[in-house]
Amino acid sequence: MSTVDLEAATTPAVATGQDRAVLRRFLRNPLAVIASLVFLTIVLSAVFAPWLAPYGANFTKLALVTAPPGEEFLLGGDGAGRDVLSRLIYAGQLTLAGSFLTVLVAAGLGVSTGLVAGYFGGWFDRFGGWMANFLIVLPGTIVLVAMFTLIGPNIIITMVVLGVLIAPNFFRLVRNLVISVRNELYVDAARVSGLSDGRIISRHILSVVRAPIIIMAASVWGIAIVVQAGLEFIGLGDPTTPTWGSMLLDAYNNIYIGRHLLLPPGLMIGLTVGALILIGNGLRDALNGEEAIIVAPRQRVKDAARAEAAVPSVPEALLEVQGLSVGYAGRDGSTKTVVRSVGFTIARGEILGLVGESGSGKTQTALSVLRLLPEGGMVTGGGIWLEGQNLAGLSDAQMQAIRGKRIGYIPQEPMSNLDPLFRIGSQLCEPLQVVGGLSRQEARGRALALLERVGIADPHRVFMSYPHQISGGMAQRVLIAGALSCDPDLLIADEPTTALDVTVQAEILDLIRDLQAERNLGVLMVTHNFGVVADLCDRVAVMRGGEIVELGAVNDIFARPQHEYTRTLLASTLEDAPVRPPLVPRPPRRQNAGAET
Amino acid sequence: MDHGRSGNLKGRWMTGYVIQRFASAMLLLLAITAVAYGLIYSGGAEVSRSILGELATDEQVAAKNVELGLDQPLPIQYGNWLANAVRGDLGRSWFSAERVSDAIASRLGVTLSIVSVAILICTVISVALGAFAAVRRGWWDRAVQIVSVIGEALPNFWVGLLLVATFAISLRLFPATGFVPLNRSPLGWLSSITLPVTALVIGGVASAAAQVRGALIDVLSRDYIRTLRARGLPENRVILRHALRNAAPAAITVLSLQFIGMIGGAVMIEKVFALPGMGTLAIDATVRGDIPVIMGVLITMALIVVVVNLFVDLANAWINPKARLA
Repeated sequence: MSTVDLEAATTPAVATGQDRAVLRRFLRNPLAVIASLVFLTIVLSAVFAPWLAPYGANFTKLALVTAPPGEEFLLGGDGAGRDVLSRLIYAGQLTLAGSFLTVLVAAGLGVSTGLVAGYFGGWFDRFGGWMANFLIVLPGTIVLVAMFTLIGPNIIITMVVLGVLIAPNFFRLVRNLVISVRNELYVDAARVSGLSDGRIISRHILSVVRAPIIIMAASVWGIAIVVQAGLEFIGLGDPTTPTWGSMLLDAYNNIYIGRHLLLPPGLMIGLTVGALILIGNGLRDALNGEEAIIVAPRQRVKDAARAEAAVPSVPEALLEVQGLSVGYAGRDGSTKTVVRSVGFTIARGEILGLVGESGSGKTQTALSVLRLLPEGGMVTGGGIWLEGQNLAGLSDAQMQAIRGKRIGYIPQEPMSNLDPLFRIGSQLCEPLQVVGGLSRQEARGRALALLERVGIADPHRVFMSYPHQISGGMAQRVLIAGALSCDPDLLIADEPTTALDVTVQAEILDLIRDLQAERNLGVLMVTHNFGVVADLCDRVAVMRGGEIVELGAVNDIFARPQHEYTRTLLASTLEDAPVRPPLVPRPPRRQNAGAET
Repeated sequence: MDHGRSGNLKGRWMTGYVIQRFASAMLLLLAITAVAYGLIYSGGAEVSRSILGELATDEQVAAKNVELGLDQPLPIQYGNWLANAVRGDLGRSWFSAERVSDAIASRLGVTLSIVSVAILICTVISVALGAFAAVRRGWWDRAVQIVSVIGEALPNFWVGLLLVATFAISLRLFPATGFVPLNRSPLGWLSSITLPVTALVIGGVASAAAQVRGALIDVLSRDYIRTLRARGLPENRVILRHALRNAAPAAITVLSLQFIGMIGGAVMIEKVFALPGMGTLAIDATVRGDIPVIMGVLITMALIVVVVNLFVDLANAWINPKARLA
């Protein structure tokens, strides 16, 4: 336990390292960099308007009223004979400052209250939540219009009020983030070590909420610019100082005689707000790491696998995997290989264990057989044969006909593998009707029988339940029933007991063994647990770093492990293994769940 | 039999849930009116002066205050106003003596015409576009993302102005201004709302499609989607029956926010197209300081927002069995 705490306590230090990584990723995103430069240029030109603008904001030349763009007024003259270009530059001042004021008020109010509400909870949290709900449902524009009666043409107060109206967005964001961080181990550790609440908030919590706040600030700034422009446009602004919104009002008033007036202020607003959105998006992408995958993965799966249309070496095997490699496409076009030249066979009625630590590629191997790799994953080499039929040569539709009917799949986490919106019964009947071709009544009867077969005491109640109404062990039984519903020959079980309580684990393994014997199934049992292997499997393949390091009969491997890694694994999991060892409790959740899904 | 029992259970949850949501919506409405009334009427004496003009004597102002009920304490004023409002009487305009409820009734149709048609079109296009981008990814996805940023960055009233300048003034395809009620001429109505609706739809689709896309991509990466595929279900079925349904609560929330935003944004759109809707009423009343009308507009808007939110809560509860317990 203490090691876990120590590990977790170092997280903030990692976070500062991540900051630099985020910045690097942001700077590598051309769109975000261009947007930042555009925005910076707009801000600077507003700041230095007196030096940049060719004329004063209110310099008037009556001869150039609504004049088209020309030599003297580069972008033409407005409805009062003023230089559009100069006003555009000057208008940036009040537009940007006013909308930034909204951001400051909204962020200041929302972040401070959100921190307190999230960190301390209690009545303040409830009151804050209620206020946020109240403010968020107000029809903002109408409130601001009504405010005009009270405060008159004062854009500064209006922008402050807008900030108050927008503050709930920051409040909710910060509150929820703080609550999720508050219970993290490193915050606990800091509290135990005697750090004051103030120090904890400023050192540990602010570092987590900072980036999301900046992202939201960028988007709020954009919204504020548009709202301000709208208010100015309907005439509720201060007529003495130019803004892009008041320039649009002028354009509207002269729409029949000076249509060129429409474009400059509108484009300026679009450019500024667009830049802010792109900066926010760039930051979010940088925070999420390399997520975007540009090439559609499915196509490449087929192409790569078809290229190696070898023949199966053991044609009578139920499943044969030969030289299988799996890779993930990175954003830069490179491929990260997670499974390398993996090969094994499974005979009918045989259980093959695929063991290895987290990230060794065993789940990736199992999912490639089903052609259900997560997005970005693809088979980069090798072949997969089901009773001599090359699966790589099949179309997506043909592959779909294999799934469910020929290959059943039992997933790892029972609760996340049932669709939360459908009753258990409906989820069991759907494949029976759609894939198995049964009638509604037949499917219902079959589903109830299956539920009973997998050991559910009250099949009718579970049939009518939603997933959140049943326990994890029961959900896993439901998923096993689902995997068997269309009578497959091969079962792929991806750590079927890892997420369950120890007592339930043994029951589920018994169930799988019984069903396997009853139906003479071939089983690919993915696990990190040698106890499960000893308990259930005929043969075992040990995986490490994407490769199979050892493959053989369970008895041989337990008696005479050849590979050093197998020996280490065996030594660490089975110190004095009985014939049927007690199941080893689940190890702490792995931190880098990314590679294995 | 089992089915019936469980159905009743669901029914009971739903009824309790509906009552709870409704009560909280009413409370919210009460709070909105109280705050608005307090803010707007706290400057009581100024009101009579501004109606009567600078030359009015103090006696005249005092008499006007009594006439308008402004001499009474604020909570009593609010109580009277609320008691009348509940019966549908929102008072009379201080300037035109028109009943506020009549003024709103004649304007609401215009605003709701353009906003409801816009949100309907927006829903269809953004769900289709967002789903297409999420499922196809690749090139299409990129295009949807780029279009979203552009659509979000441009103020919809400016898009409206461009539409007027192009399609009404230059090409003369549509009327630049004015509104034709549906019951007078369906074609005229359609033609009068086409440009304002287009302006609202462009901005609405841009942000809604991006959010639908995000919600659907999130759902498609869930474990149960993979398990459904592993059961051999056709991809169309997985997407249409399971993924879209799971993404629906997020989409409904986004679209309801769009709807509320459009109702507010109608103020600008109505000005661009000179439509006699709620927004125009609000601006006129604001500029004149016609407080009963402003209160009427505020409460109507708040009522719409509350009803929309109630609808969203109920729709989500209907879709998601877990939400019914909340």
